[in-house]
Amino acid sequence: MGRITLEKVQKKFGETEVIPPLDLTIEDGEFVVFVGPSGCGKSTLLRLIAGLEDVSSGEIRIDGQPATDLPPAKRGLAMVFQSYALYPHMTVRKNIAFPMKMAGMDQAEQDRRIKKAADALNLTDYLDRRPGQLSGGQRQRVAIGRAIVREPAAFLFDEPLSNLDAALRVGMRLEISELHSRLETTMIYVTHDQVEAMTMADKIVVLRAGNIEQVGSPLELYREPRNVFVAGFIGSPKMNLMSGPAAQAHGAHTIGIRPEHLDVVESGGTFSGKVGVSEHLGSDTFFHVHVDAMEEPMTVRAGGEVGLRHGDMIHLEPQADKIHRFDEKGLRIA
Amino acid sequence: MARAVSSRRKAINTAVAWAIGLLIFFPILWTILTSFKTEAQAIADPPIFLGFDWTLENYRIVQERSNYMRFLWNSVIIAGFSTILGVIIAVPAAWSMAFVPSRRTKDILLWMLSTKMLPAVGVLYPIYLICIELGVLDNRVALVVIIMLINLPIIVWMLYTYFREIPGEILEAARMDGASLRNEILYVLTPMAVPGIASTVLLNFILAWNEAFWTLNLTAVNAAPLTAFIASYSSPEGLFFAKLSAASTMAIAPILILGWFSQKQLVRGLTFGAVK
Amino acid sequence: MATQHSRSAARLMMAPAVFVLLVWMLVPLGMTLWFSFRQYLPLRGGDLGFAGWDNYVRFVTSSSFWPSIYSTLIIVGGVLVITIFFGILLAMLLDQPMFGQGIVRILVIAPFFVMPTVSALVWKNMFMDPTNGLLAHLWRFFGADPVVWLSDVPLFSIVLIVSWQWLPFATLILLTAIQSLDSDQLEAAEMDGAPHLKRFWYIILPHLSRAITIVLLIQTIFLLSIFAEIFVTTGGAFGTRTLTYLIFQRVLESQNIGLGSAGGVYAIILANIVAIFLMRIVGKNLDT
Repeated sequence: MGRITLEKVQKKFGETEVIPPLDLTIEDGEFVVFVGPSGCGKSTLLRLIAGLEDVSSGEIRIDGQPATDLPPAKRGLAMVFQSYALYPHMTVRKNIAFPMKMAGMDQAEQDRRIKKAADALNLTDYLDRRPGQLSGGQRQRVAIGRAIVREPAAFLFDEPLSNLDAALRVGMRLEISELHSRLETTMIYVTHDQVEAMTMADKIVVLRAGNIEQVGSPLELYREPRNVFVAGFIGSPKMNLMSGPAAQAHGAHTIGIRPEHLDVVESGGTFSGKVGVSEHLGSDTFFHVHVDAMEEPMTVRAGGEVGLRHGDMIHLEPQADKIHRFDEKGLRIA
Repeated sequence: MARAVSSRRKAINTAVAWAIGLLIFFPILWTILTSFKTEAQAIADPPIFLGFDWTLENYRIVQERSNYMRFLWNSVIIAGFSTILGVIIAVPAAWSMAFVPSRRTKDILLWMLSTKMLPAVGVLYPIYLICIELGVLDNRVALVVIIMLINLPIIVWMLYTYFREIPGEILEAARMDGASLRNEILYVLTPMAVPGIASTVLLNFILAWNEAFWTLNLTAVNAAPLTAFIASYSSPEGLFFAKLSAASTMAIAPILILGWFSQKQLVRGLTFGAVK
Repeated sequence: MATQHSRSAARLMMAPAVFVLLVWMLVPLGMTLWFSFRQYLPLRGGDLGFAGWDNYVRFVTSSSFWPSIYSTLIIVGGVLVITIFFGILLAMLLDQPMFGQGIVRILVIAPFFVMPTVSALVWKNMFMDPTNGLLAHLWRFFGADPVVWLSDVPLFSIVLIVSWQWLPFATLILLTAIQSLDSDQLEAAEMDGAPHLKRFWYIILPHLSRAITIVLLIQTIFLLSIFAEIFVTTGGAFGTRTLTYLIFQRVLESQNIGLGSAGGVYAIILANIVAIFLMRIVGKNLDT
C-alpha cells in the first residue's frame, strides 16, 4: 500500500517560503511526476515526503497514518537519488543488501531478494563489483535494486536520469515504467524534463515557485492546460503563445496554439510569414516562421518531407477547436 | 604541473632538491650515525662521517641506565589511548558540524580551536593541583585525558574537513534505507572516511607522542614517556654525544619508522586536512 | 538536509566534545583567576589571603615582563617569517619535475616527527656546542672563532631550532597548495608573456594565500606555547625567557602561584588577542 496525502504542507527556509501551503493526494499504485523548472520546489517537496526535510506546518500521511514527525528510516519509503548515492566502499551485493541488513532481515531472505532484483535489473554479473567499476546506467540500476528489495510503500525518484547520456536516458525511462507496471507500487518521480513527465506519469503535478499549477493526467495537461505557464511548459516543441490583436480576435488576453495544430494553407490563413530555421526530424519537420508584428517566431509542425526552404513565404491556419484561450491573469477561459 | 622540461633542467632540479633535502635531514642523520660511534669519535675534529668503528655499546649503556622499554611503553599508551579516545569523541561532533551545519557551527569550531591557544602554562598550577587532589599525578590515565583534550580541537577540525568531502546524499540514502544514526555513522560514514581518519589518527598520535609540556610537568617516574626519558639527558650527560645520540635515536625511531610506513596518510594528515 | 530529528541528534552528538572542552577551559581558568587575586606561596605559608590587583601590578612592573614579551614576539615572528619564506621557495622547488621526488619529500618532512626535547638537545649539544659541536668544527675549519650560539645569539639560535622543526609543515602545506594550482592558468600567463617574477607575484602568491593563512594559524597556536625547546637549551637564560617560560618559572621555580597565575591571565589575554585576530582571517578563509 502506498497512499500519500499532504494537507496544507508548507516549507520555509528561514523567512523565505519555498512551498506555500499545498494539498495533494497520491493514490496507491500511481506513478506521479513532479515537474517544473529548476528552483520550483519539486525536489524540496519530494524531500518533505521522504522526511529528509521537516515541514514547517501541515500534515503528511502515508496510508492514513500520520508521518509528519517520523524520521525517514521509519516511513517505509525508498529513494533513488540524482547522484545514485551508492555506498562506494561496498560491493553491489552489499549495497543492495544494506536496507535489508538494517531491517534485520534473515540472510536467506536477503539472498533471495538480491537474486530476484539482480535478475530483474541485469546485475547478476556485477554483484561483486564496486560502484566505482560500473557505468552510469549500471549504477542507476543498483540504486533502483537497493530501493526495490525493501518492498517499500512508495518509491521516490529525484531526477534519477539527469546524469545519464541521452540514449541511456530513454532506455532507463522505459525500464522504470516497466518496473512500475510490474510492481504496481506508488512512485513519485521528480524531473525538470517534461518529456519524462509526459511519457511516464499517470499523474503529473506541475510546480512553479512552490505552487501547484495543475494536477492531472498527461493528456489532461496537454488538452486543457489550466494556465499559460502549464500551457507553455507541457508539450514539445512549446506551444505558440501570443497576445495582442490576434488574441483579442478570440476574446482572450492570450491565446496558445500548439505547433501540431497549425495547418499550412495555400493562401489566406490567419498568419503569414517567412520560413526561418527548419528542423528536419524525418518523421516530422518543425518550421520556425517569422510572422510580421510578432516578436517570437511561431513553431509549426509539418509532415516529414515538406519542401519548404528558408525565406519561403507561408500561410498558417490554426485548427479552430484547438485554440487555447487565457485571460489577463493567465487563467484558461473555458 | 605536467609540463615538458628539458632533462638538463630536471637534473639541476634533482641536484638542488636533494642537496637541500639532505641538509634539512642532516641533523637526524648525524644523530643516528653518532649513536654508533665511540664517545671519542663522536667529538673528533674533523668529524668522522662513516669511517668509524660501528658499535652498539651506547645503546647497551642507555638501556642499562634507564629502562627504555618502560618509557616507550608509556609513550605508546599515552599517545595511543589519547588519540583513540579523542577520535571517539570527535567523530560524532565532526559529523554534526559537517552534515547538520547551523549558523553556529563555524563559531563552535573556531571556539574549539581557540581553546588550543590557551597557554598551557597559564593553567599549569590548577591542573597540577587537581591532579594532586585526585591522586593522579604521575599517572598515565591523567595524561591520556589531558593530551586527548589538547589534541581534541585538531582532531575535530581534521575530521570535519574530511567529512565535508563526503556527499551528504549518501548519508541521506542510508537514512532512507532505514539506518539509524549509529548505523549511518558506523557502516557508511566511517568506512568512507577511512583515509581521512587514518591521517587524523597518525598525525595526532605523533603530536601526542611529541607533546613535551604536560608530559614533562606532570610525570615523575611511573607515567613518564619518552619526552621525559630524553629530557633526563639534558645535562650533564648531554656532553656524552654518542650516548645522547643513542637515546635520541631510540626516542624518535618509533615515529620515524611509523612515518616511513604510512607516508601517504601522513603527508595528507600533516596538512591538517586544511589544504587539498 | 536538516530536520528536527537530525538537528537534535547533532546537538546531542556535539555535546561530549563541547562539554569536555568547556570543562577543560573553564575549570582551570576559573582557578587561575582565583589564584591570581590571592597571595599564594605554597612553600612559604600557603594561601596568605586576598591580594587585590597586587599580583597583576607586580607581574607587569617586574623587570622581566617586557623582555619576555619581546622574546615571545621575536621567536614567534622570526619562526613564522623564516618558515613561510623558505617554505614557499622549497615548495616551488619540490613542485618541479625531478628524480626521487618522494624521497626528497620524506627527507624534508622528517624534522617534524622529531620530538622537541630531542631536537633541542641534539642542536644544543651536537651542533651548537662551542667546543665539540659540528658548527664549531665548521667555523674552525674556515679559520673563524666558534660562535657561542646559545649565549651570544640565543634568540637566533632558538628561532633556528624551532624553524627547523616547523619548516617541514609549512613546506608541505604550501606544496600541496601549489600542486592544486591549475597549470592552464600558468601556461596562459606564460603565453601572455608574463615573466617569472610576475607569474609568481600575480598568480602563484594569491593562490597560496589561503595556505599561508593556515600555516600562520596553526604555527602560531603551537609557537605561542613552545616550552621544551627553551627548557632544554637555555632554561630561559640569556634573554630567551618567553612569556610562557616566565610564568612557568614564577609558578614552579619560585613557587609564587598568585604571581604566576596573574601572568597566566595576561598570557591568556594575549593569546586571545592573537586568536581573535587570526580567527578573523581564518574564519573568512574557512568557507570554501
